[in-house]
Amino acid sequence: MDNIFTGLEEDAHQEETGRRSWFKRRKKGILTTTAEKKETPEGLWNKCPECNFISTTSDLKEALFVCAKCNYHHRIGSDEYFDIIFDEQVFTEMFDDIRSVDMLHFTDLKSYQKRLDDIHSKTDLKDSMRVATGNVNGEGLVVACMDFEFIGGSLGSVMGEKFSRAVDYCIANKLPFMVISKSGGARMMESAFSLMQMAKTSGKLSQLADAQLPYFSLLTDPTFGGISASFGMLGDLNFAEPGALIGFAGPRVIKETIKKDLPPGFQRSEFLIEHGFLDFILDRKDLKNKLSQLITLFRN
Amino acid sequence: MPQYPNRQFLDFEQPIKDLYEQIEQTKKLAEKNQKIDYSSTISQLESSIVDKRKEITEHLTPWQRVQLSRHPDRPYMLKYIEKMTTNFIECHGDRNFADDKAMIGGFADLDGETVMLIGQQKGHTTKMRQLRNFGMAKPEGYRKALRLMRLAEKFDKPIITFIDTPGAYPGLEGEERGQGEAIARNIFEMIRLKVPVICIIIGEGASGGALGIGVGDRVLMMENTWYTVISPEGCSSILWRSVDKKETAAEQLKLTSIDMKGFGLVDEIVPEPIGGAHWDYVEAAELLKKVILTNLKEIKKHSPKVRINKRIEKFGKMGFWEAIPTTEIPAIASE
Repeated sequence: MDNIFTGLEEDAHQEETGRRSWFKRRKKGILTTTAEKKETPEGLWNKCPECNFISTTSDLKEALFVCAKCNYHHRIGSDEYFDIIFDEQVFTEMFDDIRSVDMLHFTDLKSYQKRLDDIHSKTDLKDSMRVATGNVNGEGLVVACMDFEFIGGSLGSVMGEKFSRAVDYCIANKLPFMVISKSGGARMMESAFSLMQMAKTSGKLSQLADAQLPYFSLLTDPTFGGISASFGMLGDLNFAEPGALIGFAGPRVIKETIKKDLPPGFQRSEFLIEHGFLDFILDRKDLKNKLSQLITLFRN
Repeated sequence: MPQYPNRQFLDFEQPIKDLYEQIEQTKKLAEKNQKIDYSSTISQLESSIVDKRKEITEHLTPWQRVQLSRHPDRPYMLKYIEKMTTNFIECHGDRNFADDKAMIGGFADLDGETVMLIGQQKGHTTKMRQLRNFGMAKPEGYRKALRLMRLAEKFDKPIITFIDTPGAYPGLEGEERGQGEAIARNIFEMIRLKVPVICIIIGEGASGGALGIGVGDRVLMMENTWYTVISPEGCSSILWRSVDKKETAAEQLKLTSIDMKGFGLVDEIVPEPIGGAHWDYVEAAELLKKVILTNLKEIKKHSPKVRINKRIEKFGKMGFWEAIPTTEIPAIASE
């Protein structure tokens, strides 16, 4: 496993990339307590899908899963985001006492219940969204974060309910709210119930707005469909990670509709900010500090 | 309303067409043999047409119900406006970018009261279908709808929306102008509207494209319509990776008015003429108008604040999940 590179190949690789060193001093990583994470790249080595830069998984982890060479933001899950955001990686997970159930007996290639059971047996995730509260540079915040690993981060009844309870908690405790979106859209296996979550969550956001509590929407790669057509785009501030694909209809559907190739950079964060739908694009390394800045600015 | 032989028939409506043909033949016979009285045969056949219409619609599969909602002779929004209201003044444009022909709206007089009517419009001919973009609105359509809703709110007029769309337009320019944001904004603002809002699915109700004008005090579905998160074709191509499973997808999605009413996701089913709204536009409009007026009267009893809270509460209750039995709920830290 360790000997992916002989020394020679490694030298050649170093020359080519000019960045990485075998003898880099490793600080104690800020993510040390979260070993064996889902969605984190498996194995010892990791190749950037954008620029093919190869780094060790631990280096990548230290860089908050951002490619040191091209700034590509790897897809990460709620565990990683909570660790990045909350002080000393201390947070309290909330509303994790509910899970999805196949009430409609929906069966496509396999039944929805089977799908759920499979994921529950493979991961610790209970649904596509987790809610946690903790401090960000000393400022209290409630974060609801999606896990793409769980049926594509799809919006179902459980996400809607967790979102609602999170908003209630924010109002009761006068805390700002942030949602980190990473989702393919609505969960078709819950049919119209998933659609109605868009109205349900918007209703709760209306209450949050009346309570004058800020709502931040962080859009990450990818965010589509029912999410972007509801709370994803309703932030008091909307911001995104660099290069994230964000849109209403998926690129494949659009391509089929217009029967033309899509322009380069279409539906990327940079495209969205150019067209006026984002407040700013945010590197993952700046996320935490920017958040605490925002919280202070909105409060004072 | 087209009359035979200009009527169009779906596959499962073929027996009705056969009956019409029989009537035609009998009429021809009657012309030839004027001595024999065929009138009772003809009236018998005519009444059996109504029986057939009833029989067919009683045993429709979900997919056939979807087909019926897309019947080429089915009335669209403007038809209902024509039959239900007077003094309709169409208002155009979102004051920002363009006038979306797939989404129309304006004030009209409904039974002596001014109301704002907003909805998707489809076309009956190829040319009109293209002009109306098959009922698929772009961001400017949703923003036009919101502009008109605000206008209605300003003058304290109830809003009635007519939903008939296979989805919001999935195109390049829609994305450039923020299709997601436009729909999201509408959903958010509709929940907070101070005036009564009634939403009616009059044909197809697909996904965010429908919900973008579909949040109200009452959500009604006409009998032969469907409303769900995605079109059966879309669902089939995503989950089964083939469009051939649209019938199965339609079944699995439980998208008919009876299912939706059963789930409590819509408030009421609006009856249609026997066989579907395309058989009698006047009757269809009358049936719809009656239901609208009753509902309007009821929701007007509440104050704006109560209405808004009820709306939030109603949508807030939608969803299903189970409690995880073994896991304890962690205590909330207060640091």
